[in-house]
Amino acid sequence: MKEIIRLENIRRYFKVGGEDVHALRGVSFTIYEGEFVTIMGTSGSGKSTLLNLLGCLDTPTSGEYYLDGVAVRTMGKNDRARLRNRKIGFVFQNYNLLPKTTALENVELPLLYNSAVSATERHERASTALDHVGLHDRKMHKSNQMSGGQQQRVAIARALVNDPVIILADEATGNLDTRTSYSILVLFQELHRRGRTIIFVTHNPELADFSSRNIVLRDGKVISDERNTNIRSAKEVLDSLPVEKD
Amino acid sequence: MNLFNLFKIALKALGNNKMRCFLTMLGIIIGVGSVITMLAIGQGSKESIKANIAEMGSNMIMIMPGTDMRGGVRQSSDDMQKLKPADYESLREGLTYVQGISPEVSSQGQFINGNNNYPSKVSGVAIDYLYIRKLTVEQGSMFTERDIQGAAKVCIIGKTVADELFPSGESPIGKVIRFNKIPFKVVGILKSKGYNSMGQDQDDVVLAPYTTIMKRVLAIDYLQMLFASAVSEEQTELAIDEISEILRKNHKLKAGDDDDFNIRSQQELSSMMSSTSDMMTLLLACVAGISLLVGGIGIMNIMYVSVTERTREIGLRMSIGARGIDILTQFLIESIIISITGGLIGVILGCGSAWIVNVLFHWPVQIQIFSVILSFVVCTVTGVFFGWYPAKKASNLDPIEALRYE
Repeated sequence: MKEIIRLENIRRYFKVGGEDVHALRGVSFTIYEGEFVTIMGTSGSGKSTLLNLLGCLDTPTSGEYYLDGVAVRTMGKNDRARLRNRKIGFVFQNYNLLPKTTALENVELPLLYNSAVSATERHERASTALDHVGLHDRKMHKSNQMSGGQQQRVAIARALVNDPVIILADEATGNLDTRTSYSILVLFQELHRRGRTIIFVTHNPELADFSSRNIVLRDGKVISDERNTNIRSAKEVLDSLPVEKD
Repeated sequence: MNLFNLFKIALKALGNNKMRCFLTMLGIIIGVGSVITMLAIGQGSKESIKANIAEMGSNMIMIMPGTDMRGGVRQSSDDMQKLKPADYESLREGLTYVQGISPEVSSQGQFINGNNNYPSKVSGVAIDYLYIRKLTVEQGSMFTERDIQGAAKVCIIGKTVADELFPSGESPIGKVIRFNKIPFKVVGILKSKGYNSMGQDQDDVVLAPYTTIMKRVLAIDYLQMLFASAVSEEQTELAIDEISEILRKNHKLKAGDDDDFNIRSQQELSSMMSSTSDMMTLLLACVAGISLLVGGIGIMNIMYVSVTERTREIGLRMSIGARGIDILTQFLIESIIISITGGLIGVILGCGSAWIVNVLFHWPVQIQIFSVILSFVVCTVTGVFFGWYPAKKASNLDPIEALRYE
């Protein structure tokens, strides 16, 4: 299987008020193509720092990080920006859509920063990505005219549009109600089934049941890394939820 | 990342904040508009002064009695009586660089014709005066050399005086009008010249032989002033030297003595007046420039607020692959769009208000292409200059911090 991410003894220290804070104290793991990994941990466990490193927004103090075979630690800012643009799709807790902008334009955004993509190709790819997340009828809706679930779908489409090697989701269901959360999970499972590699960072332990692998962080170290052979179907859970009628 | 995409992004971002965008532009609009209007007014008045002087004859030389003032104190009162008819005669004989020369003695007073009266000024002149001041006789004829010798009570009047004294439309030629109880026979009417650019009525004139005015009206034996006209503009200096030489000889001035007369050429006057108006233009331009600067600071202010407000957006853009330079360019383009659009509207507004000033207040205006280009360039530079700092700030944001910004 192809390696997408390889972390080798990653350490990340911050200086806060003259004191060293050890956010990550030697994290190592490898993620292969087609995995759906949940990374869990309470606040302070270092999962945000890890996510920033995985997303090439930050570089480790020591250790090596290979994304799709490329060593990230020694890369400059601009090269990392390019790497994010081509290889990573971000999904945030608060969606981070541009206000007063249509779904289509929001999804097109990453491709605007890629001069290799022509305008026509951009429209087509954005349109296809929106089809994949089930928003084929809401392409021209502005972001503020959509529900939270729909906005998160737009954000997922935006993460998909550059055909990344990895999708990084940061508490992607954290702002949504239970039903909508499951419907978003259904979408992630669908993407997983179609072969996407997904890392889903969350503090919600329930979500581990729906992924193929679960990594737990505590105090900047991996304390458990287990594969899940018995993946629960989010769709079944969603169907079993009572429909609210009030 | 191509520039066109960034341009689209910037345009979109501005479109999301139309009102703010417009208010920011307002500073630039007012700045550019006022620069153009002010320079148009300044240039217009300068041009009109030039035209005015050309109208009066650019070769004209004025000879006045009396020395230059020293420290604001006139040296002697009888200096004012130093120009005599004899000077005029000898100048008339002896000059080679001068085409025509005429004395002028004038008196204010009331003109009366029957029931009509009109306050004006009668100027006692010689025949050359018409040539020097570029006047032409429309009806009747100029008085003659004989009239001058005999101090005849004849006059030639301007259109305004003619209209005031003969309102019924009858021909004034041959009629007798009274000036301070002295009867003058009207022998001719001057062709109308209209108002000059300083708003003086050039038709409000009455010309009579200078001898008549000296003897019969003022009872003086000196000339108040002499007008001459150089052969050409280039020879004005030579003519002045010549005049000065003759007058010094006539007045028996020794080598070290100061002139007891004063020669002014139209050229001198022209350069003096245009330097005054240049000064005014500069002043107006400064004021307008300051307002442009204030407009620029307005842009900086708004861009700064905008960067802070859109920190999350910047973080997002960075996380999906925008480089620092992309963010910088985007914000720079935004501020340049604001300043250029503001500049364009300002140009239109400036031209419009210059036109309104011209129509409403009858001020002469002349819009200079130079000022339009200048203010446009200044605008763009303003956009870049004042947009740079906020844009730099935006591009230096840390994506992690920016994404987390509340």
